[in-house]
Amino acid sequence: MKISRRQMLILLPAAAVAWESVMAGTPEDAPNYKMTGHWWGMLIDIPKCIGCGNCVRACQTENDVPDGYFRTWVERYHRSDWPMSESGDVTPNPLIAPEVISPDGGKEGFPAATDESGKYFFVPKMCNHCAESPCTQVCPVGATFISPDGVVLVDQTYCLGCAYCVQACPYGCRYVHPEKKVADKCTLCYHRITKGLTTACCEACPTGARQLVDLKNPNDPIHAFLKTHSVQVLKPQMATGAKLFYNDLDGSVR
Amino acid sequence: MNGVEGYMYPNEITLYWSVLIVLYPYITGLVAGAFILASLERVFRVEAVKPTYRLALLTALAFLLVAPLPLVLHLGHPFRSPEMYFTPHSTSAMAMFGYVYLWYLMAVLVLEIWLDYRRDIVLLSQSSKGLLRFVYKVMTLGSSNISPRSLAIDDRVGWIVTLIGIPSAFLLHGYVGFIFGSVKANPWWSSPLMPVVFIFSAMVSGIAGVMLLYMAISKLRKQVIDMRCVDSIAMYLFYIFIIDFSLEMLDLVHRIYEANESFNSLNFMVHTQLYFSQIVLQIGLGTITPLALLFLTQVVKLPEIARKYMYVLSGSLALIGVLAMRWNVVIGGQLFSKSFLGYTTYKMSLVTREGLLVAIFLTLLPLVFLWVLIKLLPPWPEKSAHAAAD
Amino acid sequence: MSVFKDAGHLFRFAGLFVLAFLIFLVVRHYIVPKSFGQYGHYRGASIGEIAARPVKFAGHETCETCHSDEAAKKSSGKHAHVNCEACHGALASHADDPSIMPVLPDTAVLCARCHTASAAKPKGFPQVDPASHYPGTPCNTCHQPHSPGMDAGGAK
Repeated sequence: MKISRRQMLILLPAAAVAWESVMAGTPEDAPNYKMTGHWWGMLIDIPKCIGCGNCVRACQTENDVPDGYFRTWVERYHRSDWPMSESGDVTPNPLIAPEVISPDGGKEGFPAATDESGKYFFVPKMCNHCAESPCTQVCPVGATFISPDGVVLVDQTYCLGCAYCVQACPYGCRYVHPEKKVADKCTLCYHRITKGLTTACCEACPTGARQLVDLKNPNDPIHAFLKTHSVQVLKPQMATGAKLFYNDLDGSVR
Repeated sequence: MNGVEGYMYPNEITLYWSVLIVLYPYITGLVAGAFILASLERVFRVEAVKPTYRLALLTALAFLLVAPLPLVLHLGHPFRSPEMYFTPHSTSAMAMFGYVYLWYLMAVLVLEIWLDYRRDIVLLSQSSKGLLRFVYKVMTLGSSNISPRSLAIDDRVGWIVTLIGIPSAFLLHGYVGFIFGSVKANPWWSSPLMPVVFIFSAMVSGIAGVMLLYMAISKLRKQVIDMRCVDSIAMYLFYIFIIDFSLEMLDLVHRIYEANESFNSLNFMVHTQLYFSQIVLQIGLGTITPLALLFLTQVVKLPEIARKYMYVLSGSLALIGVLAMRWNVVIGGQLFSKSFLGYTTYKMSLVTREGLLVAIFLTLLPLVFLWVLIKLLPPWPEKSAHAAAD
Repeated sequence: MSVFKDAGHLFRFAGLFVLAFLIFLVVRHYIVPKSFGQYGHYRGASIGEIAARPVKFAGHETCETCHSDEAAKKSSGKHAHVNCEACHGALASHADDPSIMPVLPDTAVLCARCHTASAAKPKGFPQVDPASHYPGTPCNTCHQPHSPGMDAGGAK
């Protein structure tokens, strides 16, 4: 079966229109994408994550992320059992000092764990697309910003590369691109979500541990999910208005 | 791998602010400190420090001209830096620095120096020859009015400028402290005390710097060091040092007593990676030792030669201590993970754009600028007048 | 009037300031990008530029428009929730030009990534130890990846 690009676009009329419009100008000009109609975030369902690293690899492929830097990465936590000491008091407290690894950001998965004691879980990390983001606050020139649809983006043609935003992010989600010498970070696959696609990490996640959510869409399953689950954000004390929601997040996660 | 101990978020392994960002608050601090010393004479009428008034102003200018260089050099795209002026982001502490810098440079330092030197400039534009004559002519802005009345106006305006200059100097350097102190993500930086500590350590470094420069230049010019002047500078250095030390200790004690979630991580860092630069250099050699020496000179009647040596030693140690403090703030703040679970190491490069050689060059560059400024605008008008009369 | 005459040089200095400020305003007018401030303190056009970047993962809806047979088989099996490109990799290039043929993934590596037993994985997730579970035999000898259950057509 031979299908040309043109035919593909005929097969997907909605995507085609959006695609052409987005190529032509701002998403706001696209007939089926209105920036004011969305408020993007993401749900991470920790019990579903198996630490395969598919999201990390997909992100690197989709966004040309340089080796050694990460727009998303996966951490494996191991919270050991409370040791049976004489006094019952132990240092370090396993709730405060979990053992965390993330070999190459979890890109190639994790070594098999054989120690059955304690509690294990995987925590995928990425930009929290904060509504009160400390990183956009400190940018001296307005090269990074929250888009009208709630995505924290970097204008790489305008960025000075001062790295103040890297310092200001409490989650370690930003880096200075080693070749471009500008701040780089997760765009929530803005070039995908504005075309009706989901992010590369969500597309590649085999267990549905990651879900792109649109908080302005009343039919988004996130609203039902939030009613019935114990959902948290990372470092709530930072008051960043994070929109990366974690289901069943352990208290030892930072 | 990569000198990482424990767990770092993967993007934290590289340090993004290098030794150049250590120099930036250091150099700005010297500017603010030197200016405060100059204002002692001008606003607070401390006659004893008069011999250093003009030298302090020129020192401040020389360092201020270099201050933005480390910042610009560390940028990924240095040529985009004018964006800071064209589209400054009102919520960014760093954006406002551009304007504070320009205000301080043009509206305070250059104006004050120009007003103070105007009589000399006009006279020099008449007595010198060739290119130099042209340079001085430009500096007169085409006005050779040095009537007593116009000089009286200059003096009055200069006094007002200095008066505005004191809060401006505080603003300039307080701002630098605020750039760090306002980063809530980083517990090593985030503290309302940060700008205040920066201002007082800046005064320590600036006053010590001008004191050393004055002694060195007097030596080079084979002039007698005015001990009354140096004694009073040392006295002010001692008092401000005490305030600086108290503030730094307050910050330390507060952290230890509060012992919040970041404490274990930071405490470990101070006892390992930062042990030498923080405990030994900054607190031991750079603060307690010069404070003890200065204390001795204040309470014991020492012969002149002993005082000189002690001033030189304590001044130099203070300069090293303040540099170590900048290092510990800037580099130390990036050595631990914001997960509080691990540490990385800083490997300073040698010859890259952000390397050690550039840092050394940028530290020495203000001295070259100062030499040119002194040649152009000699801070010793009485002496040259005497020489002319002889 | 002589006050003004004797302060004349000060007005010259102030004049320089005003001149510099005017030059700054003119330069600023020409330098600042036109779309700056359209939505906020940033270059509005940058949103469109970021949105216009090329896509590498086509998305499973795109795959399913042509490969409906595979999609149907997958939808009734254990891998119903696994998207095509989770295993086959990014294939927007193939969707754009179907003559570009993707390379089939090696099941020995691919399956092991998710299904290698580890104490760290959620207990309910199917896991095997590749060293003891028919070592050397390709996974798809017994399990059909699009419907991997032993009773779903892959069983021998």
